[in-house]
Order: sequence, then structure tokens, then C-alpha cells
Amino acid sequence: MTVLQAAALAAVALTGGGVVLATDPVRQTLVLGVFGIALTMLFFVFQAPDVALSEIVVSTVGLPVMILLALRKVRRQERDRKEEGE
Amino acid sequence: MTRRTRLVMFGIAAAGLGVVLIYGLAGLPAFGDYHGVYGHVIDRIGVTERHATDLVTALNFDFRAFDTLGEEFILFGSVLGVVLILREVRDDHERPRQQEAEEHSFAGASAALRAMALGLIPTLIALGVYIVVHGQITPGGGFQGGLILAAGPLAVFLAGRYVRMKRVAPHAMGEIGDAAGAMGYALVGLGGLVFAGVFFKNFLPLGIPGHLLSAGQIDVASVAVGLEVSGAFLVAWSEFLDQAILVRRNGAR
Repeated sequence: MTVLQAAALAAVALTGGGVVLATDPVRQTLVLGVFGIALTMLFFVFQAPDVALSEIVVSTVGLPVMILLALRKVRRQERDRKEEGE
Repeated sequence: MTRRTRLVMFGIAAAGLGVVLIYGLAGLPAFGDYHGVYGHVIDRIGVTERHATDLVTALNFDFRAFDTLGEEFILFGSVLGVVLILREVRDDHERPRQQEAEEHSFAGASAALRAMALGLIPTLIALGVYIVVHGQITPGGGFQGGLILAAGPLAVFLAGRYVRMKRVAPHAMGEIGDAAGAMGYALVGLGGLVFAGVFFKNFLPLGIPGHLLSAGQIDVASVAVGLEVSGAFLVAWSEFLDQAILVRRNGAR
């Protein structure tokens, strides 16, 4: 195992823990992006550039957009419900 | 269930998992020690028999093209599910909201963000097209390139112009891309059945390895998947965006 590979593994472990420890969902989404970059580096240094490309597009574009939009929808619904209750 | 019971149950499960994990890890081959036979076979025949230099794409779109057909329709089916569920929630209140959305722009969309989005749009589309059509030569292919392509219109939204994003990439365009891509991929398989006698057997000229038009069906399949993926993500995103921006609950202001 090269130093790069060990560093990539460590980065995945650290940022993965970060995703779990971040409590606010919006912040969690951002940390998830960093975790995605770490995974991309991991796949790249383990010589899987195809998977690295998939990971980078999913973790930077596909997933965060869906999560953020769903969060927005949920919050708006909560706010509307509160307004109705008043 | 009390906290104590949960902790005890977790403790038992964690100990069991730990034992199995350690036992399994002890039996692993050494780091970098590769025992697969299939990989070596693909390595040897990829360039000579399929004229593809990126073997991962060759595997996805030729050797195991049938598996990818299944994956294609998983994506197609999931997007269909998202659309069905989200449209159920939608009501007649959408139409008046169009006006509101027309005026919608982010307070946070600064001039710098808009300028960056303007630069991003052509870059993303060019990169997406490049990755889709070069799937058989370099890492990448339909899935990766398709998502990058779909991110192009998303950059218009990033610049705070949601309705313009719908004009650049209308809903119908995403739907047509999704459907045409899924159909195109199935047609590649049928072409093999008709012209070569076996479903997904290559029936197109192989060309010269490393050239843009080479590796037979891989390039065509990659373009079909690219269309499908970009269409699928555009449809899913715009459904979510409609929900988040246009639609409000009935009766709410």
C-alpha cells in the first residue's frame, strides 16, 4: 500500500465520521460532498478512474441537489402547517 | 424499549459482528493480490476483440451489456416513481404560482455567482458530451457524462433563474431524453439480435482502437445511456424544484 492510498483511506474514514457527526441536515449535505471527494480520491488512487468519475458526479451534483430540495420542501410544509395553525 | 435494553442489544449485536468481521478479515488475500480469472480474460481480449481501450466501459456496454439494460430500467423505473408520487401531491394552485416563479430569483445569487454559472454552463455541456462519446477510449461513459450534461441546465438554476432553466431544458425535453435513451439502449440489444443473432452481440463495425468511432456498439450504447441519465436526472430535479418552488400546500399563502 502506498502513502497516497493510506492517506485516501484515512480521509474517507475521517470525512465519513464527519458526515455522521454533523447534526444539521443542511450542514450534513455539505460534509457529504467532502466525503464524496474523499471517496473519489480513494477510487482514483486505487486505479478505478471510471468509478471515481461516477462518484464525483453523484456526490457533487446528483445527491446534494435532491437532498437540499427535499429539505426545502419539508421545511416549507412545516412552516405552512404552522401558519395554518395560527 | 429503555435505553439500557437498547444498549445491551447493541452490545450483543456489535460483539457478534466484530467476531465475524475479524474472522473474515483474517481470511482475506494479501493487499493487491488479485485472484479473479475474469479480469485477466477481459484484459487480454478487450482491445483485440472489441477495439475498446477503456475496459470498464467495454464491460458495461458490451461484455455485460445485458446487466446494464437492467440498470437502465432501474433508473427509468425509479424516476417514474418519483414523478408519479410528486405529481400526486400537485394541485390546481400551481398555475397562479407560475407568476410568482417568474419573479423568483435568489437573494443570494450575486453577480459573481451568475458570471460563474454562465461560464459553467458551456463547460459542463462540452465536458459531458466529451465524456459520453469517449466512453470506449478513456474512463467515463454514458452515466458519468449524462449526469454532467444534466448539470448544465442546473447551473442556470444556480444563477437564480428557475423559470429560465425550464425554458433551456423544458420538462418534455427531459422526458423525451429519458425515454429515447432507454429505448435506444434496448434497440442496440435488439440490433444484435436481428443482425448478429444474439441479444447485445456487437453488430457494428469495430473501427480502429483509440478512434472516436470505434468499438462498435459501445459508443452507441454509451450515447443512449447518456441521453437516458441526463433526461432522468432533469426530470427528477425539475419535479423536486417544482415542488420546492412552485407548489405550496392548499390554502396556504
